[in-house]
Amino acid sequence: MTSLAFFVLLLACVVGYWINRRGAQAIRADGQRLHSLASYHGLFSALMILVPVLTLILLWLVLQGPVIDRLTMAALPEGALDGLDSGGLQLVLAEIKSISRGQIFGTPEDWKIAAAEHHVALKARSSALMLGAVIALAAAIMLFARSRVGAEFRARQGVERIVSGLMIFCSTVAIFTTVGIVAALVFETGKFLSLVPLREFLFGLNWEPQIPIREDQIAASGAFGWVPVMLGTLVITVVALTFAVPVGLLSAIYLNEFAPQRLRSVAKPILEILAGVPTVVYGFFAILVVAPAIRSLGTSLGIDVSPNTALAAGSVMGVMLIPFISSFADDALSAVPRALRDGALALGATRAETMLNVLFPAALPGIVGGILLAVSRAIGETMIVVMAAGLIAKLTVNPLDSVTTVTVQIVTLLIGDTSFDNPKTLAAFALGMMLFLVTLVINIFALRIVRKYREAYD
Amino acid sequence: MTDTSSAPNTPPRHGTGAAVQASLARRRRKQIALQACGIGAISIAFLMLFILVASLVSSGYQAFTQTHVTLDVFVDPEEVREERLPRGGFDDVLAASLARMLPDVDTSDRATLRQVERILSNGAQFALRDMVVADPSLIGQTIEITVPVSDPYDQLNKGLIDRETPEENRRLKDEEIAYFDALKESGAISKPFNFGLFTNADSRFPELAGLKGALVGSFWALLTCFVISFPLGIGAAIYLEEFAPKNRVSDFIEVNINNLAAVPSVVFGLLALSVFIGWFGLPRSAPFVGGLTLALMTMPTIIIATRAALKSVPPSIREAALGLGASRQQVVFQHVLPLAMPGILTGTIIGLAQALGETAPLLLIGMNAFITSAASSPFDSATALPTQIFIWADSPERGFVSRTSAAILVLLGFLVTMNAIAIFLRQRFERKW
Repeated sequence: MTSLAFFVLLLACVVGYWINRRGAQAIRADGQRLHSLASYHGLFSALMILVPVLTLILLWLVLQGPVIDRLTMAALPEGALDGLDSGGLQLVLAEIKSISRGQIFGTPEDWKIAAAEHHVALKARSSALMLGAVIALAAAIMLFARSRVGAEFRARQGVERIVSGLMIFCSTVAIFTTVGIVAALVFETGKFLSLVPLREFLFGLNWEPQIPIREDQIAASGAFGWVPVMLGTLVITVVALTFAVPVGLLSAIYLNEFAPQRLRSVAKPILEILAGVPTVVYGFFAILVVAPAIRSLGTSLGIDVSPNTALAAGSVMGVMLIPFISSFADDALSAVPRALRDGALALGATRAETMLNVLFPAALPGIVGGILLAVSRAIGETMIVVMAAGLIAKLTVNPLDSVTTVTVQIVTLLIGDTSFDNPKTLAAFALGMMLFLVTLVINIFALRIVRKYREAYD
Repeated sequence: MTDTSSAPNTPPRHGTGAAVQASLARRRRKQIALQACGIGAISIAFLMLFILVASLVSSGYQAFTQTHVTLDVFVDPEEVREERLPRGGFDDVLAASLARMLPDVDTSDRATLRQVERILSNGAQFALRDMVVADPSLIGQTIEITVPVSDPYDQLNKGLIDRETPEENRRLKDEEIAYFDALKESGAISKPFNFGLFTNADSRFPELAGLKGALVGSFWALLTCFVISFPLGIGAAIYLEEFAPKNRVSDFIEVNINNLAAVPSVVFGLLALSVFIGWFGLPRSAPFVGGLTLALMTMPTIIIATRAALKSVPPSIREAALGLGASRQQVVFQHVLPLAMPGILTGTIIGLAQALGETAPLLLIGMNAFITSAASSPFDSATALPTQIFIWADSPERGFVSRTSAAILVLLGFLVTMNAIAIFLRQRFERKW
């Protein structure tokens, strides 16, 4: 039914285009001068149909689900839902829906089967109604557009207005996305904070996001203090940067100042390959190669290394960050005005001295900006740590130990079936909120440094 | 640097000359040291890339072949009755046939038969069942079928199980290895290319698991992503680059787009989970939702690439078109956009390649479910290539290690192809003005 509606829409656009164009051509054949080209008359009709009808279809598809659910639940017999909380209601609804799809488990009550039939009927009616509405609306607009065709009608201006509107809409999608992210995070975090006090979340030293199954269970309460999780993230980030910053900076310095042109043109794309490898691949690399290597090295040195040590995840993340830092540093070094370099060389400085004493300090703000962006990358990086880092939050700064990160916790809390009313699920959103805020602040700060510095030399 | 500032024309006095010579040598050494550090750093980066690729290839190439065994199966009418199809003792039929091929196996002992049966993949009985169901006249006949062997024997055939290991630490007992060697000597074992890797969907058994479900899921997700992000991205870029007045609103949009490009991917997953699935009620695990999420992440990339491409079209083109009486939109859509298209497509393909490798948001919307059939529409449950890699990497069976590497090689193959297309487009069609 839905694809039929889209087909009707497409057909209506083509037909509208064709009718209007024919109409305009007929006027021109009569010897009158058209204001706009005939094809603009056609486009006018097609766009006039496309925009409202597409909006109608999309709105209908989004809204029909909740409306049908509500109608189904309202039509249930009296007393069937007595004594059920919101979770119970959800379960009943899910069962009815799965029956309506033909997946029947066990022997459901008769009223549930009746409700499922009602649900199917409502769905069919909704689809039919939508198709009818689409056809009616498309036909009405087509007639309206056809009535506008005339020698004086400014079809091009009409088309251009619609196209402008569409383009403005496109550029606001980015804003909608940001608003969506913020709204989702704020909403769910708000629910979380109504269950767990903010003080405990921000300053608590324990992160044990279990929810009790029985009342009298040991450690029944669960603890939601994000400090150990944040500390783990920091440990891994520091490990990653201690690896990535020297390697990235030195390769940028070498490629920028010393490397022959040929090596540079080969080496830069190869470094970029490291940036293009998906992070899930790095994660697998960490558990397949790096973690066992570190562990056997530790054993041969007599050091006790945890199987999912922060060192493995951190160093692999460092490999991922090398091209990031080196390309930022390279850009920053290239942006230093030639006069500074020439001046230093003319004073008799060697190229190494020019680089270390003149170019590098001059490029430092740009480099720091790049490193900050790398920090925000490392904090937000998910797959490497999900696969290679630990799950249990420990208050430790030892990189040989197993630590967990914000992103690992988000993913493990939300993998599998989720409902939106327990602190365990909502905690993931609270962590997401913190992650979003921290990376946002770092990004804004870094971009500001980079931009300010660029302006200074331009 | 005070010692180098003496006037160049006066001959250096003896004492300073020696000092300068000495310091020069030191300074040169410093320069060589810096260069050596640089070369060292680049070598480390290259070495890492080499180890990454080499380890994936060395553990993954084995999964591109699969050990099969060819059997003459007597479809025993006692075990398989036509009126009871598709039920029947297909596993017993297979075990009996296999036992007949082995020299010293007591075919009446059920425990031994079970042990022999474990040589075959769990999928073998279903392959036989499908053949018999399709053609019931096979009952009572002897047919030749080729089926995969189970994972431990596959590993054994590929040399991944060390025969020297003590028996109690080995996955296969001595007699089981003897069975396999007997089969191998009789020529029943073959190791053809593993088409199952591409034509099977996921499975709990490594020898049956394939990427079809993941490939189809990734295809639907990428298609959705492209259909949504390409027009939206181009529209936004054209507006911002060509039409937007320079004011607070367009500045705000710009800042927004730049920030979105740097938001961690897992946050997009949270957005999708809470808004698309929680509020809009879209289905979990559906490639459509995945594609929608990826579209939001890809859009900034496309916008930035499109704006760069539009910017590189010289103003003379615009001025000439305007001079001939074209409206501003006609200038953009009929002249500037076609010239900018190669750059836009390059940026789009690179954006889609990034989206193909993106994992975290897909995990949050449940595209890591265990699904044994390929999706037939973007609204069915499915996995995607990167999430399939994640699932297999998490699986305890040994056979999945090489499958995971093979899946990664397939993913990297797609990425290399997409990037090669992008580079080709850029070199073939991009104009220098």
